[in-house]
Amino acid sequence: MTALQPTVSRTSNETRKILMTVLKYIPLLLLLFFFTFPLLFMIASSFKGSNQQIFADLRTVRAFLPVGDVSLDNFRFVFENSNFPRYLLNSVIISAITILLTIIINSMAAYALSRLKWPGQRLILAIIIATLIIPGQATLMPLLLLVANLPSISFADGLSITKGWLDSYHVLIIPFVASAFSIFLFYQFFLEIPKDLDEAAMVDGATRFQIFYKIIVPISGPVFATVAILTFIGSWNTFLWPIMTIQSDELRPVMVGLQFFFQQNVQWGQVMAYATLITIPVLVFFFIFQNAFVKSIATTGIKG
Amino acid sequence: MATAQLAKSTTATMEKQEKSDLVSGLSMGSPAFLLLLIFLIGPFFAGFWFSFTNQRLISANPTEFVGARNYLRLIRLGILPLEPVVDESTGQLQRDEDGELVYPRSREFTRDEENYPQYAGLTEWFTLDQGTTRYVILAADPIFMRSLVNNFFFVIVVIPLQTGIGLLLALVVTQKLRGENFFRTMFFAPVVTSMVVVATVWRYLYDVNNGLVNEMVRAGSFGLIQPVNWLGDPSVAMWSIIIMSVWQGAGFQMMLFVAGLQQIPEERYEAAGIDGANAWQKFIYITIPGLRNVMVFNFIIITIAAFQLFDQVLVMTNGGPDNATSTVVFHMFKNGFREQDISYASTIAVVFFLIILFINYLQRRVTKTGETV
Repeated sequence: MTALQPTVSRTSNETRKILMTVLKYIPLLLLLFFFTFPLLFMIASSFKGSNQQIFADLRTVRAFLPVGDVSLDNFRFVFENSNFPRYLLNSVIISAITILLTIIINSMAAYALSRLKWPGQRLILAIIIATLIIPGQATLMPLLLLVANLPSISFADGLSITKGWLDSYHVLIIPFVASAFSIFLFYQFFLEIPKDLDEAAMVDGATRFQIFYKIIVPISGPVFATVAILTFIGSWNTFLWPIMTIQSDELRPVMVGLQFFFQQNVQWGQVMAYATLITIPVLVFFFIFQNAFVKSIATTGIKG
Repeated sequence: MATAQLAKSTTATMEKQEKSDLVSGLSMGSPAFLLLLIFLIGPFFAGFWFSFTNQRLISANPTEFVGARNYLRLIRLGILPLEPVVDESTGQLQRDEDGELVYPRSREFTRDEENYPQYAGLTEWFTLDQGTTRYVILAADPIFMRSLVNNFFFVIVVIPLQTGIGLLLALVVTQKLRGENFFRTMFFAPVVTSMVVVATVWRYLYDVNNGLVNEMVRAGSFGLIQPVNWLGDPSVAMWSIIIMSVWQGAGFQMMLFVAGLQQIPEERYEAAGIDGANAWQKFIYITIPGLRNVMVFNFIIITIAAFQLFDQVLVMTNGGPDNATSTVVFHMFKNGFREQDISYASTIAVVFFLIILFINYLQRRVTKTGETV
């Protein structure tokens, strides 16, 4: 049939097709520009030495390109003239410990709630689901008072107990490792796993804990990845809480550090270098684990 | 009989199982349960209690119960009708140089506790003119009222904007074009970028004299639009924060919509195509109803996130200019942390929580009735 069609109409059909494709790309490219220009500007400017140069480039496409008098001076400045390396270390430690504790305790709790049957289980599950409605910020003020009065073990001169958790790593970690949302995500995932698996293992004499870490954990990779990713984003970006609880410069995480660095009247390029340094690792992480990222967010979205 | 016995023994094993599960369940669950109790549920209820006391972060005096005082200080409103000043010599209404009527200052009433006890502790929030009478709306905490209004404004603008742009993005990246994945990644990149970083960068983009945004507006309008003071002009500042927030968040909505679009069966489009439906009709009658659940979920997420607006405000405007970008959470932060007034900040938190609860309830109701229709 197609062979009978006149050639002229086929070419015009093809031109139309190409034209349609081009038309489809135009809005896409416009949107691409809108969604990338701030980060492109940030990265490009981080290589530029002076404000004058950044300002001069504003009127052209050079604003988004690391061209002209470019160097790594801004990055050197950030490393040498600010406490950035320390901030970075703090954030890495805080995020790593938070992720580890979060996935351990919440997955165990979710396992106990989803695959075990014990008196009180339904009640606790209901309470945890109910707490999902509490926005984190609504409890911050009483929480601040609480952590300011909690006892803390100090090894500074001999073993002693001091009052208050303020100005420490654990004040940034412990209050947030238990997460109703994480429990909920694990819970939903564990429910889908066939119960036969547990029962077969029980017959073989395995304890509940053994079943958990030998059978359930190995097949629950995706949900562990989801919770780890979401926890990482939350912990890396934490801002309001450390502002309230951390006073000494030595313990500041990167986001609070950025705020302080920014207020010191430094050059634009230097702030952009700092911002680039704390953004690139997250973006790279995201680009690599993109599928896990997107899948997890999408599934939590649809089910919620 | 055999079945009854079997049932009995199964119940017995089940009971035994439940008992042993209680031990393992509690030992595995208790770390999370206890931490949630101490750091979430405890503070949550403590906040309610503090809102009825004079609790401060650090205080030498013992905490006292003060009843509803904090709530009155937060949400009490008053209306003060003012009549224009009459010129005593002429008996006419007095007018200033611009020909405007002259009114007594509201302070003369609010500071005069002896004669006007009902206005004590209130300050002017805004005024309404009706005829020659001027109604001064007084508030115990006008900045809180301002913050509340700002929050609602932010929410009302951001919901349609972010949902709309998120849907647009989802539609353009699911057209089965080359590089679809690349575009998707790029649109999502702002979501994974920290709000503090984003806000810092946008602060530079919004610069009056050397800002990229003004430069692009100038180029786009061929020099017709004058430079805008994005963050310094009270009537523009909130819009600037809105644009930046939507830019940051729309990728998230896109991902949810993409997942939603993939759940709509292809056959529906094919069937509609056979019936002669055009692209627009397919969009209205198949795509939109198919995305209903995602849409509702998006609304809820955006609303709750929007009410928590804080990071952008602290980094970009510090609540200013003239409290034009102050929000409920920002006001809470200012009182609780900067002023160390835990009880007042807890009161704000309680009101904040009740608003979230109410919105949640409202959205649930709307979705429920929507389903039955």
